[in-house]
Amino acid sequence: MTSIADQVAEPAVSDAAALAKDGAPSAAAAAPAIALPAAGERELRLDLFRGLALWLIFIDHLPPNILTWFTLRNYGFSDATEIFIFISGYTAAFVYGRAMLEAGFVVATARILRRVWQIYVAHVFLFTIFLAEISYVATSFENPLYTEEMGIMDFLKQPDVTIVQALLLRFRPVNMDVLPLYIVLMLSLPLILWLMKWKADVTLALSVLLYALTWQYDLYLSAYPNGFWAFNPLAWQLLFVFGAWCALGGARRMSRILSSPVTMWISIAYLLAAFFVTLTWYVPQLSHLMPRSLDQWMYPIDKTDLDVLRFAHFLALATITVRFLPKDWRGLKSPWLRPLIVCGQHSLEIFCLGIFLAFAGHFVLAEVSGGAALHALISVCGILIMWGMASVISWYKHSADKSASRTKGTGGNADLAGGGA
Amino acid sequence: MRSGFWTVLGLTLLAGCSTAGAARAEDAPEPCDVPAYLLSTDSLLPKVSGAIKSGQPLNVLVVGSRSSTIPSSETSAYPARLQAMLKEKLPAVPINLSVELQGAKTAEEVAAGLVKLVEEKKPTLVIWQTGTVDAMRSVDPDDFRSAVDDGVAALQNAGSDVVLVNLQYSPRTETMISAPPYLDNMRVVAQQHDVPLFDRFAIMHHWNDAGDFDLFSTSHGLELAKRVHACLGRALSKFVINAAHLDQAQQN
Repeated sequence: MTSIADQVAEPAVSDAAALAKDGAPSAAAAAPAIALPAAGERELRLDLFRGLALWLIFIDHLPPNILTWFTLRNYGFSDATEIFIFISGYTAAFVYGRAMLEAGFVVATARILRRVWQIYVAHVFLFTIFLAEISYVATSFENPLYTEEMGIMDFLKQPDVTIVQALLLRFRPVNMDVLPLYIVLMLSLPLILWLMKWKADVTLALSVLLYALTWQYDLYLSAYPNGFWAFNPLAWQLLFVFGAWCALGGARRMSRILSSPVTMWISIAYLLAAFFVTLTWYVPQLSHLMPRSLDQWMYPIDKTDLDVLRFAHFLALATITVRFLPKDWRGLKSPWLRPLIVCGQHSLEIFCLGIFLAFAGHFVLAEVSGGAALHALISVCGILIMWGMASVISWYKHSADKSASRTKGTGGNADLAGGGA
Repeated sequence: MRSGFWTVLGLTLLAGCSTAGAARAEDAPEPCDVPAYLLSTDSLLPKVSGAIKSGQPLNVLVVGSRSSTIPSSETSAYPARLQAMLKEKLPAVPINLSVELQGAKTAEEVAAGLVKLVEEKKPTLVIWQTGTVDAMRSVDPDDFRSAVDDGVAALQNAGSDVVLVNLQYSPRTETMISAPPYLDNMRVVAQQHDVPLFDRFAIMHHWNDAGDFDLFSTSHGLELAKRVHACLGRALSKFVINAAHLDQAQQN
């Protein structure tokens, strides 16, 4: 591992150094170390892409079907998780950064902790549903083909230990890794914001340093009964902090780099290269065209520790997106994109719903033997349910709960704080 | 009560499709074809080719966990089927096959004992099925990779050819066992050591998608297992013959 880690860590550090240098002069010019974008105006692009990420995460959690072919991970290295974590960092910093400037460190921290608590409760709720699902599978499924795999249910024999470990976030079933990651990232948000208030670029550099150290020394958080966290927060914090850094003025300071044609062409070239590489996974006949040395250098592309190739792929995607999809693009107001945007605006609820629906989808598929059509239908139904639920929540927030939302008005309401999930 | 709930949910969600699904499940015996690319490999099995060309017996050792067998019906499991198919295709060659089941052991634990096994049995070819236990215990994929790496190197040093066999495709436990990191790492090791990898996961996935087998289903337990293993054994025999280029050898 070390050899790959070395190769990867060095360019990452120098990248960050370059970023920091670029940022430095303008930071010195502006009086406060961080600058907040104008208040009020909701950044619909963030909602749009977070909604998209939520849909894609849902589809990726179901068994592969036709819709899976529309998900990002088939066309490059990064997937919806990157978008989700980046936007979460961005919105969280935007909302709670303002709170920190206006109301101070203690109040902002208190608000963040309240949000963490909500996410934690959501996680425990999902875990309960998960337990119900697997208990059901364990009692109903007897297939001699899978006696070995069914051993995974053994932990049901020790519910005392398992449940406590789940509450400690150490026992996390597959597909339930994102919220624990998010909880840890949000817990570190007060520190991140406090550092950013002092010097945003230094904070980003520290984040890159932590990322590099994680790779160099193979740092990880252990899980129960053994193993590790499937999303290593020590590595994934880089995206979160980068999102926060962009929200607090970094994006504006980078705008020259972002709008340069050189950046655009590098991004396009990288995306095409990544697309070709992913193509070799699905059309194995093409893999002969891949130089063996490149194969050996590149694989495995590590999701747990947010491989640099994945991070770079996300950056390239983001660059292209920002360039071709301006903030005031009229399509953002179109009713066709409304379902995505409304889902993105209630991300924590819709994320949890998506996980639940993925479990439910597995259930249905297991009970009703069906073909590809049924698989696809379940995906579509799930997305419609997510949209419906998001609309209902919106209605609650804007109509049914009007008085409540008015009291939250100051310092960023929880809706905008979608900082949520 | 439970089934009532699912019927209702099923009906509401899937009104139109459920009939189509039910009709599908009744299909007659499957041909279980495997696309050619899943059975071809660039890596070679020189020891196997050599043994057969020089008329020596082919000694195969299957090292695996519980998914390499069917409880109470070992003669229908894929190793036994593999032997039968190889005998059929290579009638002139004596084929000895032994199975070493190491249930509930991670790749690291199995790798430690491989050399001793090989010294005892002197196999021409070791078929090493691994990954499931590691995935279930979510062993660090890096540790898993270095364990498989060590194991393959030890087998090669001991003078055997190696074929790696990866995890089963198990849709029912997909929400509980995360297979991809282990599949990826086995592919990496296979590539680094130039060892053929029998992609059991992709093959079973293909059968499930193509409708050859309904691996979600809870019914036809033992029968389904036997049929799947028979197909796996046949596919594996083709894979070995391809990798060792035995088709030409036989014609000569």
